[in-house]
Amino acid sequence: MVRSMFPNLHASVLMPAEQIYLDYQATTPCDPRVLEKMLPYFSGIFGNPHSRNHPHGWMADVIKADEREIIFTSGATESNNMAIKGVAYFYQNQKKHIITCVTEHKCVLDSCRRLEQQGFQMTYLPVQANGLIDLQTLRDAITDSTLLVSIMAVNNEIGVIQPLYEIGKICREKGVFFHTDAAQAVGKIALDVNEMNIDLLSISGHKVYGPKGIGALFVRRKPRVRMNALTSGGGQERGMRSGTLPTPLCVGLGEACALAFQEMATESERIYKLNQRLYNGLTQRLSHVYLNGDAVHRIPGNLNLSFAYVEGEGLMMGIKDLSVSSGSACTSSSLEPSYVLRALGVEEELAHTSIRFGIGRFTTKEEIDIAIDKVVGAVERLREMSPLWEMAQEGIDLKSIQWAAH
Amino acid sequence: MAYSKKVIDHYEKPRNVGSFDKEETNIGTGLVGAPACGDVMKLQIKVNDQGVIEDAKFKTFGCGSAIASSSLVTEWVKGKTLEQAACIRNTEIAHHLALPPVKIHCSILAEDAIKAAIEDYRAKQASASLTGKVVA
Repeated sequence: MVRSMFPNLHASVLMPAEQIYLDYQATTPCDPRVLEKMLPYFSGIFGNPHSRNHPHGWMADVIKADEREIIFTSGATESNNMAIKGVAYFYQNQKKHIITCVTEHKCVLDSCRRLEQQGFQMTYLPVQANGLIDLQTLRDAITDSTLLVSIMAVNNEIGVIQPLYEIGKICREKGVFFHTDAAQAVGKIALDVNEMNIDLLSISGHKVYGPKGIGALFVRRKPRVRMNALTSGGGQERGMRSGTLPTPLCVGLGEACALAFQEMATESERIYKLNQRLYNGLTQRLSHVYLNGDAVHRIPGNLNLSFAYVEGEGLMMGIKDLSVSSGSACTSSSLEPSYVLRALGVEEELAHTSIRFGIGRFTTKEEIDIAIDKVVGAVERLREMSPLWEMAQEGIDLKSIQWAAH
Repeated sequence: MAYSKKVIDHYEKPRNVGSFDKEETNIGTGLVGAPACGDVMKLQIKVNDQGVIEDAKFKTFGCGSAIASSSLVTEWVKGKTLEQAACIRNTEIAHHLALPPVKIHCSILAEDAIKAAIEDYRAKQASASLTGKVVA
């Protein structure tokens, strides 16, 4: 629908002409319909969003919460910091143990590390080969001093969906708060904070075709979750997040959530078809391509593939007309590949060959077909240039070689 | 990451991609790096009776800078004696390709590849002459 309203959308909204954007887990462009809603609030209507219920309400609908349970923040990073540290500080005299998972976003892991330095106890749950946590391991990790479980809804690298309903059930049964980073999940999967027993939930604006610089945190009222505010000031947002809110951005996030909610069913189906078209197109023409993360429990917009014998960053350079991400960290000083893929037990050599394709609202079938051609061409060219591919073709077991790590 | 024009040129038009028969006595093969580190280079040199490298080939698994570094050294070693080739320093490679600090390891690997290829060639020559003496 949006494309018929704005025929030149992918050319005008996204980046330079000819560039095909397939990095929707990194960020999404602001939907023109969202922008349209926001514009009047930059000039004509300069009301205070704290006194207007609309954006809070639109936000609440998408996760089946009450509008009074929504707090606006600057983004999911702030929401995650607030949820984890705010709850930890408030209850620190009662309980000091927090459980999270090794594949969480850096802002969750770093918040936890900070708390650890301040005397909190942390448990970092491992994940299975499919990227999902094991529920029995979670259950076993919970002790009498466990305060909070923080497990992301959808992983940003591999797109797998954690079993939220089951996690929530265990947490409620054990009397432990459940926080979920839902930045990659809102508008992609059905979320119901009551059915899933979620106590705190983080939302990002720019992952749901809203503006950057805005996010939200759901904080349950019944039973009430209390937290220490991290910012001091005028006591806005129920005292939990002082500071005047950016009205246009709040309106934008509200509208983005409303659109995502309305279009989720049709969009999921359309995007899933594109995902399968991309996966089938690549695997029919290339051998030794491996899917990272669970094949079933994943959002339709994510396809994380390892192209064996071709290094990811080298491959990205060969498909420079496509905006994608790589799990290879050749640019980082550590030379360590993606910690998420390593946590899945993906071998380092395969982790270095991974590419994340993110399919989204403005992706077309034509773009997928172009992407397939470009990726196949680049992988074939680079494999011809790869000593590992040559050795594999000669039947040499790469593991039998004594490699000198550098 | 912004690559220099020279890196892009070598990446898009790599020089001397391919392989020689590594069993030949006049071929030296250097295989350096590790798949787990994201870089593997194979550099091969063909050496004539005067000890001059008359041809070179490479294959590389790695990022654009690694491919460019190995492509570049195949050009540089050609026509050089083994001694001259052994003097190529990673700093010259990094400077020529304008590699950023995080990519210096690619040039180090290329230098290591030259040394490994020369060493392999010399080891082969030594064992060949040894075998020759036994036969004689």
